[in-house]
Amino acid sequence: MSATAVHSLWTTAADPIDKIDAPKIEYGQLAPTLIIIGAAVLGVLIEAFVPRKFRYYVQLFVSVVALAAAFAAVVALAAGDYGTTKARIAAMGAIAVDGPALFLQGTILLAGLVAIFTFAERRLDPVAHGNRVDSFVAQAGSVPGSAGEQAATKAGFTTTEVFPLALFAIGGMLVFPAANDLLTLFIALEVFSLPLYLLCALARRKRLMSQEAAVKYFLLGAFASAFTLFGIALIYGYAGSVSYGTVAKVVDGTVTTVDPALAGTMGNDALLLIGGAMIVMGLLFKVGAVPFHMWTPDVYQGAPTPVTGFMAAATKVAAFGALLRLLYVVLPGLRWDWRPVMMGVAVITMLGGAIVAITQTDIKRLLAYSSIAHAGFILAGVIATTEEGISSVLFYLAAYSFVTIGAFAVVTLVRDAGGEATHLSKWAGLGRRSPLVAAVFAVFLLAFAGIPLTSGFSGKFAVFKAAADGGAGALVVVGVISSAIAAFFYIRVIVLMFFSEPKTDGPTVAVPSPLTMTAIGIGVAVTLVLGVAPQYFLDLAGDAGVFVR
Amino acid sequence: MSFPLLTATAALPAVGAIATAAVPAARRTAAKWLALLFSLATLALAVVVAVRFDPDGDRYQLTESRSWIADFGVRYELGVDGIGVALIALTALLIPFIILAGWHDADPLETKSSRWRPTQGFFALILAVEAMVIISFEATDVFLFYIFFEAMLIPMYFLIGGFGDRAHTGSDENASAQRSYAAVKFLLYNLVGGLIMLAAVIGLYVVAGNFSLQEIAEARANGSLDMATNTERWLFLGFFFAFAVKAPLWPLHTWLPNAMGEATAPVAVLITAVVDKVGTFAMLRFCLGLFPEASKWATPAILVLALISIVYGALLAVGQRDIKRLVAYASISHFGFIILGIFAMTSQGQSGATLYMVNHGISTAALMLVAGFLISRRGSRLIADYGGVQKVAPVLAGTFLIGGLATLSLPGLAPFVSEFLVLVGTFARYPAVGIIATFGIVLAALYTLVLYQRTMTGPVKPEVAAMPDLKVRELAVVAPLIALLIVLGVYPKPVTELVNPAVKHTMSDVQKKDPQPEVEAVK
Repeated sequence: MSATAVHSLWTTAADPIDKIDAPKIEYGQLAPTLIIIGAAVLGVLIEAFVPRKFRYYVQLFVSVVALAAAFAAVVALAAGDYGTTKARIAAMGAIAVDGPALFLQGTILLAGLVAIFTFAERRLDPVAHGNRVDSFVAQAGSVPGSAGEQAATKAGFTTTEVFPLALFAIGGMLVFPAANDLLTLFIALEVFSLPLYLLCALARRKRLMSQEAAVKYFLLGAFASAFTLFGIALIYGYAGSVSYGTVAKVVDGTVTTVDPALAGTMGNDALLLIGGAMIVMGLLFKVGAVPFHMWTPDVYQGAPTPVTGFMAAATKVAAFGALLRLLYVVLPGLRWDWRPVMMGVAVITMLGGAIVAITQTDIKRLLAYSSIAHAGFILAGVIATTEEGISSVLFYLAAYSFVTIGAFAVVTLVRDAGGEATHLSKWAGLGRRSPLVAAVFAVFLLAFAGIPLTSGFSGKFAVFKAAADGGAGALVVVGVISSAIAAFFYIRVIVLMFFSEPKTDGPTVAVPSPLTMTAIGIGVAVTLVLGVAPQYFLDLAGDAGVFVR
Repeated sequence: MSFPLLTATAALPAVGAIATAAVPAARRTAAKWLALLFSLATLALAVVVAVRFDPDGDRYQLTESRSWIADFGVRYELGVDGIGVALIALTALLIPFIILAGWHDADPLETKSSRWRPTQGFFALILAVEAMVIISFEATDVFLFYIFFEAMLIPMYFLIGGFGDRAHTGSDENASAQRSYAAVKFLLYNLVGGLIMLAAVIGLYVVAGNFSLQEIAEARANGSLDMATNTERWLFLGFFFAFAVKAPLWPLHTWLPNAMGEATAPVAVLITAVVDKVGTFAMLRFCLGLFPEASKWATPAILVLALISIVYGALLAVGQRDIKRLVAYASISHFGFIILGIFAMTSQGQSGATLYMVNHGISTAALMLVAGFLISRRGSRLIADYGGVQKVAPVLAGTFLIGGLATLSLPGLAPFVSEFLVLVGTFARYPAVGIIATFGIVLAALYTLVLYQRTMTGPVKPEVAAMPDLKVRELAVVAPLIALLIVLGVYPKPVTELVNPAVKHTMSDVQKKDPQPEVEAVK
């Protein structure tokens, strides 16, 4: 028998396809994402073709240019009214181009740019074998403590792959809050998560801890992703579509046509509730809300500090963006169901983060728990279910991310023989030894604590006001109480820095290159400007408060 | 637009703070003079404010209004009434003395690092506190007030924790631990108060839609803003809690003895004579002004708390072994009188309370600063370590006595007038409360005179035998304060004229009239 004849035993020929409609892609409106992904791919090529000596400079240059260009593209789109009157859905319904998306993309890009500066810092670690080194391992594949590792260090290898990895992550984060169907959401989730898992494992010092953190993050993250994916499948079964708009209509009950293939499941509320809960769970994992927060302290502590800062800031922005869009665009019809649940999550997140932070003795873990408490505050804004709630969350995210990156950048400066001195006892008396660094860190801590005249206060006021307006007054009271608890441990660090006697064998403060100085400087500037004169940025966030559907 | 006088008065010390902080490490003395210069210039501006203010004119004068954070409904609105002018004047007056008295308090013991500049920091922080206190006396926007009410905690915290009293009772480490305990306690108490107020501020916004004192008062007057009784009460409690922590009122007072005990004497004066006044001032302006009905509702409870403060504070002052803690408990007793006067809801009571704020500021400053000079000479805060000082340092002892007599409200000295007014005002409406409060005066005589007797009279203790008398700088601090106490004791009219019209406005806020004496018709 001929091959064709054999084939015909179990296949039949379909009708020939006349013409496939090429998908219509609005390249202009997707430019920010495309620039970043393009630069990331270029970064991979640079790793392959550019001599090792120049890679660091070329990678840094490409990353900075790409981030700046992408930010310019976001600004251009916003200036072209894509955030307001011309908001639309692009790429065949996959990506929304609207106010919240553009605002969050702008925030992620700026935060990413500042974070890249801290990635590129090469003056903090002592010079190894005549080579300046950054916070990343010489060769990721070498076994910690092995001869191979020593050889790699001696040869002056550096892991310049961190730049394209960071760009891939940023690319995914740009899509995440803009995703307008559930599959795009999932793909964006994976695109930004996988590079982050890798980045976590690349610390130069304390490599085992770093690898442990990465494994933990990866396993738990994969688990959360699986939940999300399962939820998406259930929602598809319920609505017969993964597109946000269609699902929303089915939830509202405005679409009654039943897909014959899904006749048995469509409209089954159990699928909707379970599926929705599972997707939300995956997102809450990414924002680090209690009870999905277990990974946060370990990963924040183990990851290289620049990566921690980047992750703490940008991941939170992207994940809250996606959560907002999911709850406000897809599931507003369910708000009477999810509001009480989210309120509960917000309450335990605020209180849990604040209370557990009190007992921490490591500055990175402390900041991790503080980030959990902050996730709770932001959730209070999410629950408002008003336009004001959206813009307050946007504003809070922008304010918070720069404080976070700045704070972690300061952590990279305080060092002893073993690398960064993150144990709190070593920070004693820092204010005596390096008043400026301690003062800058105190500003960040006061912003975290929400003291007036810092961005932390403006943000907190915005979300609490939105929550109170949205009828969640009880949440404001809990928020205020947990702020008071949280203030205690921020103050404790300030006490330690300024009022304790410095230890003789205490850490020194390394003098960074202009890169880290810029990152910290931007952090301080944003903290103070958003604290004293936030009106312009509140307007920006206020104009960006409407989702496209 | 005319010259923004109020902004300038608040901004000048802020500029001074930045300038002082920027002085290089080696030029310590220059930093001190610069700070003193700025504080004197602020005093000059405060005098201009007082002169330009017309007591019989509008309620709020020298007003400024600019848009600030429109999204939050917040405006940069300043304006002063007579009460505000009096307290701004008090603040601007006391700061130069505080700076002068603390001239050597922040000199570094040894130069550890060329970048460590405690002296510059100390004086810059004092000026920063002055700027924030002044602007909170001026703010007529609740949110603007709140921001500075909270923000002033930070420089205060560093002043308490960073520059402790060198005269301590235990070892170095122990002193440092006690000091940072006091600073943290101060901050946490006030921060919790402030955060609860934040919830109430947000609630006020949800109810009223803006933060302007005048707009809210107008809206309430013409009926366009109708607060539910319960809402008003909750909001009142939120505000009052924060002010009661700051003031401080029993049982929220426990941070004050720690903070005043551990801080240097000038900083202790800054706390009790200047910063705490913001609490009582805010009760008058915000609690009574925004929530008149709830204020009346809460009056009985607050009067009881104020009475407890008066008696309890005085009793504990009697039992103190530590001079500075004694003054702190005496202050708690005095704050009880001030709050009593405010909530007696009579014009005499409220005028008396305002006058009391001014006089208590001056008299406590005099007593505490002299006590500070005494303590720095002997290196101990314990009363038992002194004896017979009046024989070796008669001027010091004499000024200490006058400060003490002012604290116990001796007639002829300024506090007598205010205490008398408060008691008369309270008696007119609540005779029983007035009678109980009078016991506070008796106890005041006890703790002051016993303090004087134990430290200044009797046989000269060997440790104090070589104690030098007041120096010129110290005399320059004390003499003007004592002169003021005597002048205002004999002739309080300038202050009362300033305050009385403002008190009338407050009384009309709460729609209370003074009780009329019932005179039986002559048959």
